[in-house]
Amino acid sequence: MADRPLLSVRDLSIRIRAAHAERTIVDGLSFDVGAERVALVGESGSGKSLTARALLGLLRKPLSISAERLEFEGRDLRSLKSGQWAALRGSGMALILQDPRHALNPVLRVGRQMDEVLRIHQRLSAAERRDRTHEMMRAVGLRDPDRISRAFPHELSGGMGQRVMLAMMLVGGPRLLIADEPTSSLDESLRDQVRELMMSLVEQRRMGLLLISHDLRQVARYCERVLVMFRGRLVDERPAASLSSATHPYTRTLWSCLPSGRTYGTTLPVLIRDADGELEATP
Amino acid sequence: MSAICIDKLSVRHDQGPGTNVIEAFDLQVEEAETFGLIGPSGCGKSTLLRVLAGIHRHWRGEVRLLDQVLVPGRRFAASLRVNVQMVFQDPYGSLHPRHNVQRTLSEPLQVNGIEDATPRVLQALEEVSLPAAVLPRFPHELSGGQRQRVAIARALLLRPKLLLLDEPTSALDLSVQAEILNLLNQLKAAYRMTYLLVSHDRNVIAHMCDRAATMHAGKIDRLVGRAELSQINSDRSTGPAHE
Repeated sequence: MADRPLLSVRDLSIRIRAAHAERTIVDGLSFDVGAERVALVGESGSGKSLTARALLGLLRKPLSISAERLEFEGRDLRSLKSGQWAALRGSGMALILQDPRHALNPVLRVGRQMDEVLRIHQRLSAAERRDRTHEMMRAVGLRDPDRISRAFPHELSGGMGQRVMLAMMLVGGPRLLIADEPTSSLDESLRDQVRELMMSLVEQRRMGLLLISHDLRQVARYCERVLVMFRGRLVDERPAASLSSATHPYTRTLWSCLPSGRTYGTTLPVLIRDADGELEATP
Repeated sequence: MSAICIDKLSVRHDQGPGTNVIEAFDLQVEEAETFGLIGPSGCGKSTLLRVLAGIHRHWRGEVRLLDQVLVPGRRFAASLRVNVQMVFQDPYGSLHPRHNVQRTLSEPLQVNGIEDATPRVLQALEEVSLPAAVLPRFPHELSGGQRQRVAIARALLLRPKLLLLDEPTSALDLSVQAEILNLLNQLKAAYRMTYLLVSHDRNVIAHMCDRAATMHAGKIDRLVGRAELSQINSDRSTGPAHE
C-alpha cells in the first residue's frame, strides 16, 4: 500500500428515514483503500452496494450519511458541492454497476455516452476524444469501435455492454475503480473473461480497486485484502491469502458453503438464522 | 419404471426465425434419481422443463412422465398435475405479489378439493423451516431465501413424485444457496422424489446429482456419470491464484 491511501473512511454510517423513524443500515464502517485490490464481501442486504454509492456521493433522501472521515486523495468528500462531485466522478473515482442494461442510458448511442466522460473532464478536440474512446474500446476487446459507437445499449449483448461500461469508466483515467458485482449479470463463460480483463486493466494502470461481491472464493483469487460485511457492519478484515484459515464464523461459513463434486452427499455448512434473518448462533 | 422417458423430442417456438429450440432430444431419468442438466443460457434447458411441466404444449416426439404418455397440445391429466411440480429460478417472479404466503400455499389444496388446508399448510412451512409467522406476509416482505422456501413448500404441498428445478438457487446468495440445496436433499430423502435439476453452475450439479448431461444448442451433448461429477471442483476453491 502507498504511504497515503487513495480512499480513507472512518466511522461511515448510512441511515434511512422512514415514517418518522430512523434506521441505521450501515453502521460505523472504517477502512482504507490504496493502490491495491480490496474486496468488500457480504450477502445481499448487508449494505455493501449502499456503501459503494455513498463513497461516490450518490445517495439521496431519505438516505443520509455521516462519517468521521471520508477522504479521497486527502480531499474531504463530506463538504463537496455537486459540481465538485461531478468533476471527481469518472476522473478520480469511477463506479461499475452490476447490470449494463440498467446502468447505461437506453436512449443515447454508446459513442455519445462515452464521449461525455471526456467532454466533462478534459479539454480535447472532438477528433481527439474519438481517438481516445476508440482506443479504450479496443483495449476492452471491442473490435469494431465505429459500429459499437453507433449502437444503442439494447443492441449490445450483456458481455459487450459490460465491456462498454468498463471502457466508459476507464477512459477518464480514474485512480480508484469501484466495481459493484461487475460480472454477476453475465453468463458463466463470459464472467471470467470480463473479470480477467478488468483485473489486467486495473493492474496496467496501477489503479486502486474496491470489488464488491457476495462470492468470497471468487474475490480471493483476485484481491489482496478482503473486508467482510454482515448486516451493515464490518465483521472481518484479512489478507485474501489467509482466508482459508479465517477464524470469524461468518467468514468461515461464506468460505466453506460452496458446493462442488467433493461435497456430494454431504450437508453444506450454513448460518443459523431466526425468522428475521438475524444470526442466532453459528455452526 | 422411469420417471422421465423422452424420445426424439423437438420443440420450436412460434415466433422467431423458426429454428428448433430443442431437437432430437432423448433422455431417460430413473425413479428417485437426481438428474442434472448443465448448459449455457439459450441452450433450451428451461424450454425442456416447461414441456415437462405441461406449460409449453407445442412439441413433437414421444414423452412419458411417471408412465403416462403425454400428448402434444393437450393439458396434463389430473394425476400428473399433482405429481409433477416445478420450482422456478426467481421466486420474485413465480409468487403472486399480491397474495400472502397463506393464500399462496392454500390455493393448490383448494384447487384439488382438499379441505381443511391449514394443518397441511403449517406442515409444509415446517418442512422448509419457515415459522408460521410468515403466513400473513407478502413476497416483498420476505428475503430471497425465504421466498424460494415458500416456492418449494408450494411445490411440495401435493406430495409430487417428480420435481422440476429450474436454476432454483441462481438468484440467491451463496450462503443462502447452501441452505436451499441442503433443504432439497433432506426433502428428497424424506419423500423419495425424482429431481430434474437445471443449472448453469457445474458445482451445483456436481453437489446434487447422481447423473447429469451437458446440453448444447437444444441437444444433449454428453452424459456425465457420478465418477466424473466427483472430479468437478470449482477452480475457485484453490484459493488465491492471481498472478
